[in-house]
Amino acid sequence: MGIDSLLYSTHVGWMDSSAGPETDVAISSRVRLARNLDAVPFPHLLNEQTGKKVIDLVKQACSQSEYEPLRSLQGVTFDQLSELDRQILMEKHLISPQHAHFNDSYRGLLVNEDGSRSIMINEEDHLRIQGLLPGFDLEKCNDAVQMLDDELEKVLTYAFDGYRGYLTACPTNVGTGMRASVMLHLPGMAMTAQTNRIFHNIGQLGMTVRGLYGEGTEILGNFYQLSNQVTLGLSEEEICHNLTLVTRQIIEQERRVRDSLQKGMAYQLQDRIGRAYGLLSHAGIISSNEALTLLSDLRLGVDLGLITHIQATAINELIVAIRPAHLQKRAGQEMDAFQRDIKRAEVIKDILFRK
Amino acid sequence: MQCDECKQKPATVHLTEMYNGQKSEMHLCPSCAAKKGALMFDPNQFNIPNLLGGFLGGNQALQGAGLANPTTQATCQNCGVRFMDIRNTGKLGCPNCYQAFEDELESALKRIHGNSQHTGKIPLRSGEKTRIKRQVEDLKEQLQSAILAEDYEKAAEIRDALKEIEKKLD
Repeated sequence: MGIDSLLYSTHVGWMDSSAGPETDVAISSRVRLARNLDAVPFPHLLNEQTGKKVIDLVKQACSQSEYEPLRSLQGVTFDQLSELDRQILMEKHLISPQHAHFNDSYRGLLVNEDGSRSIMINEEDHLRIQGLLPGFDLEKCNDAVQMLDDELEKVLTYAFDGYRGYLTACPTNVGTGMRASVMLHLPGMAMTAQTNRIFHNIGQLGMTVRGLYGEGTEILGNFYQLSNQVTLGLSEEEICHNLTLVTRQIIEQERRVRDSLQKGMAYQLQDRIGRAYGLLSHAGIISSNEALTLLSDLRLGVDLGLITHIQATAINELIVAIRPAHLQKRAGQEMDAFQRDIKRAEVIKDILFRK
Repeated sequence: MQCDECKQKPATVHLTEMYNGQKSEMHLCPSCAAKKGALMFDPNQFNIPNLLGGFLGGNQALQGAGLANPTTQATCQNCGVRFMDIRNTGKLGCPNCYQAFEDELESALKRIHGNSQHTGKIPLRSGEKTRIKRQVEDLKEQLQSAILAEDYEKAAEIRDALKEIEKKLD
């Protein structure tokens, strides 16, 4: 049931701007833990048979758990999903782009109703436990995944070494196995060309900045994903705390810039936001890049109170609903780029002016 | 993100360098990256496994100079993966590989994370031993500073506590 509604609806939990803190700048927060089963080869060396054992063990650990959030996770394996449906899950940030490529019966996803808790099975590691929430709330994400982790560990024996920590397929994740990230919308800093300078320095703090869909994706619509890079030698709390400190500073800086833009360049700002609104509400053909750029402007208008009849949540939803798989799912057919551009213009109007 | 060099084209090549725990990053477009000589090969080959291979000593220049590490032939008994495979794929074969290639990984981990020892969470059920070991280490440190501070009363207390805990380890 859970999976079906996640496939057909364009809305998932993290999009709900009214349900999280600091949503004027922070779109969503996420924490994921990489975990592996003791002595079992990592997923890239697994065959169907051993892979199936891993998935069965994890599913069993969930279904027999006394912890309701773990027991209520719904499972699906990738042989049961079309490529389009896997893309849908990827566009909603519930599985990674890499994971979406596979159609094996021993790879899959366990996920709750609103997508706030999930476990990818046999991605790069046997388990990737994820907490994904609206706004800036790393602590809550961390609490959620640690609880799931503790409950799973009652039954599963993890690959853990006293010296190296949680052992992972890739040495870049070993130790805590933790990746914490915050999706930020920084139109003010981008307009005033401050993002490069800041992100340059972030590398020195053991953190990194990526685009909407993580590793190797470009930055579109002024959406930036800030995450920790170092996983070994820091505690989970330290990782979250460090990222929280840096994020808080960026959020404050973005607000300051927006404030001064509003004071010093009120007409230009209104013009820009008005134009974005006009194009989005009247365009008949629109590319993904153009749409994201305009949605970023519109979102700024909503956050500054210049546009009052559109909800931030609707714009969050659109970031995902205008992606290729979501457009095709909605249309119920495969579409080429041109057809998608037409459909995209239609979907934007639908969601923006939905009653 | 714009290219740090030409400030025009989008940066798609992100270089992170870790030296003595100090990290520096560079963001370049493919053509500037090629000019800078950051890529000694085709940009299409510039992916994570190759980068990691570099961390793990898979530097082609070194190999060319006849300095290839002889341990590349070492094999993990549990999964049969060779260190050479890890260099090529950037991925270990199984959890036991961390033991099998402990020495090779030590310096790579330091380069990646600036650290090589885990200080975070310990599994609740199976981590009992690790938890005790960490307590022992903490107490030893406290003992050392108590002795340095010439607080012998406290040192004696810590020593007794240490003995108590170390019993649990046997």
